[in-house]
Amino acid sequence: MKSRRMEEVLFKWLMIFSLVLVMMALAGIIFVIVLKGASALSLSMLIETPKGGYYLGKEGGIANAIVGSLYLAFGASFLSVILSLPVAFALQREYTSRRVADWTRLVLDILWGIPSIVYGAFAFVVMVYFGIRASLLGGIIVLTLLMLPIMIRSMEEVVRMVPLELKEVSYSLGTTKIETTVSVVLRQVIPGTITAVLLAFGRGIGDAASVLFTTGYTDYMPSSLLDPVASLPLAIFFQAGTAVPEVQDRAYASALVLLIIVLLVNIVSRILERRFSKYVVK
Amino acid sequence: MSHISLKKLTVSYGNHDVLRNITIDIPDRQIIAILGPSGCGKTTLLKSLNRLHDLNEEVRISGDVILDGINIYDPQADILALRKKVGFLSQRPYPLPMSIYDNIAFGPRIHRMNGEQVLRQIELLEKNNAMLGSFSGFNPRIDRSRKNSEMDYLVEYYLRLAGLWEEVKDRLNAPAARLSVGQQQRLALARALAVEPEIVLADEPTSALDPVSAALIEKQFKLLKNNYTIIMVTHILRQAKRLADYVIFLYMGELVEHGPAESFFGSPQDERTRAYISGEIN
Amino acid sequence: MIVSEDGMTWRQIKNSFGVKILRLSLIFINAIAGVIAIVLIIKAKPLLAHISIVELLLSSDWHPMKGHFGFYPFIVSTLEVTAIAMILSIPVCLLSAIYLSEYAHRRFREFARLAIDILAGIPSVIYGLFGVIVVVPFVQALGNAWGVETTGYSLLAGGIILAIMVSPFIISVSLEVFRMVPIEARESAFALGTTKWEAVKYVILKSARRGIFAAIGLGFTRAFGETMAVMMVVGNVVKIPTSIFDPAYPLPALIANNYGEMMSIPLYDSALLFAALILMIVVGGFSTMSHFILHKTGGQA
Repeated sequence: MKSRRMEEVLFKWLMIFSLVLVMMALAGIIFVIVLKGASALSLSMLIETPKGGYYLGKEGGIANAIVGSLYLAFGASFLSVILSLPVAFALQREYTSRRVADWTRLVLDILWGIPSIVYGAFAFVVMVYFGIRASLLGGIIVLTLLMLPIMIRSMEEVVRMVPLELKEVSYSLGTTKIETTVSVVLRQVIPGTITAVLLAFGRGIGDAASVLFTTGYTDYMPSSLLDPVASLPLAIFFQAGTAVPEVQDRAYASALVLLIIVLLVNIVSRILERRFSKYVVK
Repeated sequence: MSHISLKKLTVSYGNHDVLRNITIDIPDRQIIAILGPSGCGKTTLLKSLNRLHDLNEEVRISGDVILDGINIYDPQADILALRKKVGFLSQRPYPLPMSIYDNIAFGPRIHRMNGEQVLRQIELLEKNNAMLGSFSGFNPRIDRSRKNSEMDYLVEYYLRLAGLWEEVKDRLNAPAARLSVGQQQRLALARALAVEPEIVLADEPTSALDPVSAALIEKQFKLLKNNYTIIMVTHILRQAKRLADYVIFLYMGELVEHGPAESFFGSPQDERTRAYISGEIN
Repeated sequence: MIVSEDGMTWRQIKNSFGVKILRLSLIFINAIAGVIAIVLIIKAKPLLAHISIVELLLSSDWHPMKGHFGFYPFIVSTLEVTAIAMILSIPVCLLSAIYLSEYAHRRFREFARLAIDILAGIPSVIYGLFGVIVVVPFVQALGNAWGVETTGYSLLAGGIILAIMVSPFIISVSLEVFRMVPIEARESAFALGTTKWEAVKYVILKSARRGIFAAIGLGFTRAFGETMAVMMVVGNVVKIPTSIFDPAYPLPALIANNYGEMMSIPLYDSALLFAALILMIVVGGFSTMSHFILHKTGGQA
């Protein structure tokens, strides 16, 4: 009898130890980034662009990376939404057979799992073929590819949750498929769609491997679609390893800013999800 | 023989009282039926008797459930020993994810009953009753050349006791999930009996079964009451009339009336009882 | 009038237009996967024409300038760093998920879910930065305590960072799978007098076995293709690692570090895209496996 209880106590301790490990990892990461980044963070850091040439100059801040990342993420999100919504709707039973839908979901799962570096390599090849330089445009295209499976998956889940009875009520009034989808389904899924977009946005803005080949890097603020653009992840990656402390500072500040953005997006999407779930018909 | 009595048992779920002030002494070695309209707390009462509510953190329990002189809700009480004494049959049978043989052997193995204890247990039972008279062809023979033959013996014994042996004796190693619902419920009965409880709780044991299986379970209950106290929740009046020696009537969480079956059905005291028996309230 | 009129009404035109767009989008999304695969194959072909696939996968001779492309060190590095990550994270994650599912109060479970979600959203480079600041020195100290000379930039550092990155996925999928085991399963076990842990051991883990494999598969795909964080701590030296304290050079890092030279050295671009193709095939295979496991279990990831 006793050995059974002891076995349980042993494993309980192991479980708690494991959880503590995981929590400590999270706490550690946030703590370290905040610590290193906070000291480097200042108003001028946020507003100025780096000076002193070839992004290794000692002066200036990370405004180029912040604005660049925002452009990239917003551009890609916008493009993604336009492409994702139709797919999410199209997966409903009234538009496609079960087999096609199941197959598509498998493809989506595969796309979801493809490492971002593969997307980056693919996009690079395509860009070279079409003669597009490493630029804002290239980055937006890659990030769109990366975001699509994430966005579609979340949106599809929300569309699936729209009760069949609700749609039946609409159809029995004599609407066409598109009318029901736009007037009934779309309205129901708007909150979920916003959450899906935020989720993908958070993923996209932090990704480095895909933009590595496709956006280039620059000290300047983004000027045109076809010019290289700076981004926060690359700002961290390129500048963290240098020996020059001012440049390192920029890397830490970028990390903190990026972390804050990602956390904010996470919090906002949770709040929205909670607020809007009241209005969705169950 | 173990004895259960309740003193002022009150069970609430959140802010809502499901059972109020139940005080009763449960007679031994009888079939006790708990009757009442749906939602009045019958299953809750049953599950309080073996602390199955421990699984649900929203449930609050006050009052005493006294088993053999000890309040089972006492923090010092040994829950595992308790649950060995009080067996439980749920409404829908849930076979453990293992073979038929292992399902029965599971309980004894968990309680680390070794071969000798098992044998002694069976010899005691055989001495105490004529139940084996109904087991034609059961030849108690322990083949000492085979390992685990005590467990084989025990598995066969309980499968016979539950009325399932003939149907599964050729496929003891098949997964239990492949049995029909009626067979699974009898398996659950055998499984519960295998840990040698003295009290058996049954929550609407036949409501999920076809009439043939239901009749089989009822038949086994009638046999078993010689050795076990069977407390059965049912919403089928006729089943209670068929089987019960003692009846407990719950209405809206209160213990309205209880007594030996003859006087309960013959001359009910409370008008709510009368209304229920005549089918007015359901 | 019930009889339909000649020609289409405006509503019907809108409808068929809309349906066409939806169908097109489906074709589009299915096509993307195909296009990516095809492009990678086309670009990798020249390399395969030049060198046999056996040599590519098993040779350790990596001298692009001379036209030698032996991927073995990179393949081994990738496998080893992933293996270390899995070994570190699977027990920790399963135990955590079991605790959260079976022992924790609802409030704590929600809190933990939140923390895990946040962990899942942290970008790769930030993990990498954390790795450089904390994990690498830690590994160096560990190595020195063991009597091994190391800079800390090693297989172990990569494995540790990957383990942390992969944990949120394994925990959250496992947790969902555990919660899906019906309550009657636990009741059946408890009613027989088991401890909570015994119920987990004999009933829940068995019922959830498939889902656990899917969770691990998902974690594996994430770990296999992870680039930036690993790259920043793993050392990037072309050599087959002999101990966990040795530096390593996984496939994603190879691609990321050398894309600049792609155009200048002949066949280099083919080689790097061949590496990308390997990644896609392996990850695709595991994703497919996990997909089918999860869908057969009746749940959604």
